[in-house]
Amino acid sequence: MTAVSFEGAEARIGGTTIWRDVSLTVERGQFVAVLGPNGSGKSTLVRAVLGLQPLAAGSASVLGRPPGEANDRIGYLPQRRSFDESTRIRGADVVRLGLDGARWGLPLPGARSRAATRRVAEVIELVSATAYADKPIGELSGGEQQRLLIAQALARRPQLLLLDEPLDSLDLPNQAGVAALVRSICREEDVTVLLVAHDVNPILGYLDGVIYVAGGTAVEGAPEDVISAETLSALYGVPIDVLRASDGRLVVVGAPDLHGHHAH
Amino acid sequence: MLAQEFMRNALVAGSFVAIACGLVGWFVVLRAQVFAGDALSHVAFTGALAAAALGIDIRAGLFLATILGGVVMGALGDRARADDVVIGTLFAWTLGLGVLFLTIFTTNGSGSNGTAGVRVLFGSIFGLSTTDVRISVVLAVAAVAVLAVLGRPLLFASLDGAVAAAQGVPVRMIGLVFLGLVGLVAAQATQAVGALLLLGLLAAPAGAAHRLTGRPYLGLGLSALFAVGSVWLGLTLSYVFPTLPPSTMIISTAVGIYVTAMSLSPLRRLVG
Repeated sequence: MTAVSFEGAEARIGGTTIWRDVSLTVERGQFVAVLGPNGSGKSTLVRAVLGLQPLAAGSASVLGRPPGEANDRIGYLPQRRSFDESTRIRGADVVRLGLDGARWGLPLPGARSRAATRRVAEVIELVSATAYADKPIGELSGGEQQRLLIAQALARRPQLLLLDEPLDSLDLPNQAGVAALVRSICREEDVTVLLVAHDVNPILGYLDGVIYVAGGTAVEGAPEDVISAETLSALYGVPIDVLRASDGRLVVVGAPDLHGHHAH
Repeated sequence: MLAQEFMRNALVAGSFVAIACGLVGWFVVLRAQVFAGDALSHVAFTGALAAAALGIDIRAGLFLATILGGVVMGALGDRARADDVVIGTLFAWTLGLGVLFLTIFTTNGSGSNGTAGVRVLFGSIFGLSTTDVRISVVLAVAAVAVLAVLGRPLLFASLDGAVAAAQGVPVRMIGLVFLGLVGLVAAQATQAVGALLLLGLLAAPAGAAHRLTGRPYLGLGLSALFAVGSVWLGLTLSYVFPTLPPSTMIISTAVGIYVTAMSLSPLRRLVG
């Protein structure tokens, strides 16, 4: 089954073409990274999957529907700043919004509310955030906030998870932790994951596929084809090395946008 | 104290104004729109005095100006929030217009002096008529009804606009309606505590509630409770000590609650 497919797609913002001739397919249950230099249109690709960015040409299908029509089956984590310290809303309540936040009115006590509370507790447990879910979200660390936001995106049991730079601004242990969490969700909950990444190293071992966005278009490929010195150097336009560490893992070195030493 | 009609009017109208301020204020604080509330108090002053200068009902000018002001700010959206200089300049000019209307009113007006200006700036809760009371009850009920419908998506849009939009919440429209509602509540509060002090009733009880609990709906309730408590205690103090103006006492109580909540912040762990 296909989760996402684009056919000759083109996106334009304010008359400028961001990318064109994009044809790609993501199968259900896959863990796919979206890579590319800053400003190449990675977030635009995610917004196009959600139907928030209309296509100027070509066609797309998301979970068997046109983009935007299956959003209730998609969990979305936008690229973001973290919550301000003054945001004193409990983490669990932020997670709950992912379940029924779009519904009009106020949550009333009753069977539906109890079921919602149970689901929220379950999904918080899934991301191992139970210990701090009752604290105000603004007081939590970046990694803790990110786990709760992933829980929010998972609340409605989505079939597709769109994560826009979820590892950005996390320290190394947290990057590894969140990457492993996303991988286990992908495997155990059978959720297709499309993850926009700045730094490919924390997720390199988990990927089923890579979509790389650069030079006004996007191409997909198997990780072993894309994660090579030649391809990455051409993609980013700077010399990049792909090394094999002593434990057999690949490590990407040299791209300012591919690992932590970038300057915004 | 309750034998006096002016006191009963003040208590009833004040309570309903406070409920509306407490509930709307909780969202104002969450959305970091306290500055917008401040701007609306300038608009309230000018709107009321424009009506006075034109010889029409002050309330009509007040409500028209603040609701319109709120909607215009909402329409400007993020751009309005981004540019403090534009907003600051615009609202200083608005206040300047208010002074102009005050001058027109006092020189050509119906013989009265500057008391209208003082009433608008500092409120006149002991001078409310039965009609004023009825209006404030109806408006408070309307504000609560709007919030009851908007509540959850408004919370979602305030915390997480991009995700809410992806799930089909009309984020922009909700922001617009909300600022219109802030305008309505600001106009109501102007009558109770005046344009200069309404911000205190909008921000202080809500700020205290945010300090004490992270549960959104409990927080909303606490905020309304604190606002009503401020009005009751403020009115009582002002009745017992007639030299103390009621608006001063109401705002002082609200500020007192906020300061207490700040120093009690460790209690938050208990309330959740």
